[in-house]
Amino acid sequence: MDTIEEFISKVEQELDGIPKGSLTAQSNYRDIPEWSSMHALIIIALAETEYDFSLTGEDLRSCQTVQQLYDLIKSRKS
Amino acid sequence: MAQFSVNGMHIRGIAAAVPSAVESNFDYTRISEQERAMLVKTTGISNRRIASEGITTADLCQASAEKIISELNWDRSEIDLLIFVSQSPDYFLPASSIVLQGKLGLSKTVAAFDINLGCSGYVYGLSVLASMMATGGFRKALLLAGDISTVGITPKDKSTWPLFGDAGTATAIEYDSRAQSFFNLQSDGQGYETIIIPDGGLRNPINEKTFVEEEHDPGVVRHRRNLWLNGMDVFNFSVREAPQNVTAVMNNAGVSAEAVDYFIFHQANKLMVETIRKKLKIPTEKVPYSLGDFGNTSSASIPLTIASQLQNESHQPHSWIFSGFGVGLSWASVYLKTDHIVCPNIIEI
Repeated sequence: MDTIEEFISKVEQELDGIPKGSLTAQSNYRDIPEWSSMHALIIIALAETEYDFSLTGEDLRSCQTVQQLYDLIKSRKS
Repeated sequence: MAQFSVNGMHIRGIAAAVPSAVESNFDYTRISEQERAMLVKTTGISNRRIASEGITTADLCQASAEKIISELNWDRSEIDLLIFVSQSPDYFLPASSIVLQGKLGLSKTVAAFDINLGCSGYVYGLSVLASMMATGGFRKALLLAGDISTVGITPKDKSTWPLFGDAGTATAIEYDSRAQSFFNLQSDGQGYETIIIPDGGLRNPINEKTFVEEEHDPGVVRHRRNLWLNGMDVFNFSVREAPQNVTAVMNNAGVSAEAVDYFIFHQANKLMVETIRKKLKIPTEKVPYSLGDFGNTSSASIPLTIASQLQNESHQPHSWIFSGFGVGLSWASVYLKTDHIVCPNIIEI
């Protein structure tokens, strides 16, 4: 499993259009400018391809921050 | 487990018809320019074809059937099976397949019936057709698949309007005892509300509340006769289930991904199909897309992708995986080989 820094870097890379370094572990991903369901799909796709993890819409609704999302994936992976 | 192989189904030709009217997602001004760019990039859908009033799925399929019968120089009297796969029939009853048997001038000895499935419908239709042909009792068959999905969606709903396009297809199939197909069919009714038109059937007959529009989310305004789509759940379902289903088919057929020439996935959403492709470790050149020009065309998407993207390749021998997944929830894949598929130019109506 990646470190939180690596996870953030991958999220930023996939959500191209957001400046590198603009996300932190405590960022609420819904605060990303113009956040839409498309962003959510990109994060679900990232979880599938990078971590073989099925992130549900409910998971995304229950988490607030990037750290919580990372912890969720990490906890179910271990 | 609904995994099986049958001998007898040999695909000879695929024709597709689309409405001539083009709708561009770049003109969808109900969302911001930034959201529009994100939408096109993520879904891969730039343009879609919208049927004008009065054109039905059966009309598009009929045009495709006429075209492929003519291209193959088929004797209509030798066609003895016609299956129509759609969720947008001409009538509640009778079945559109039977109406089409009459309009196409086919013999009264034809077996004709409808299958009510969407995204998975083409592969399910092939599986039923192949199983019947395996008996040796059928010489030539037509699988007509398509939908006019745009009748159930509204520009007021940004979660559906930019995604769907209309198309109807005809696949011409001949009996060949050597042709083997491997199928894997699955269903999950727990997810029936993931993609649904709630009203208009017997469960929820049309009533005074049916056409009352409600805003479910910002930019998502719809009534109960519109198509409701839970995009996140269907995305999650598809990227989880489709790779497993395809892998099982390949294992059953004893082939690796390297040995398959083309993987034709249901054209739902480019990010979704790309995620499936990456999970299966398939190179990009083996996964063609038609959704950029036509959007999500429901059960037409697999044959439309072949007819529109592989017209110059289809005359050579190929091995294929076709995989459809979505409304139901229902999903299915098939592994098969072809030696020469005739693909006439896409018809515009």
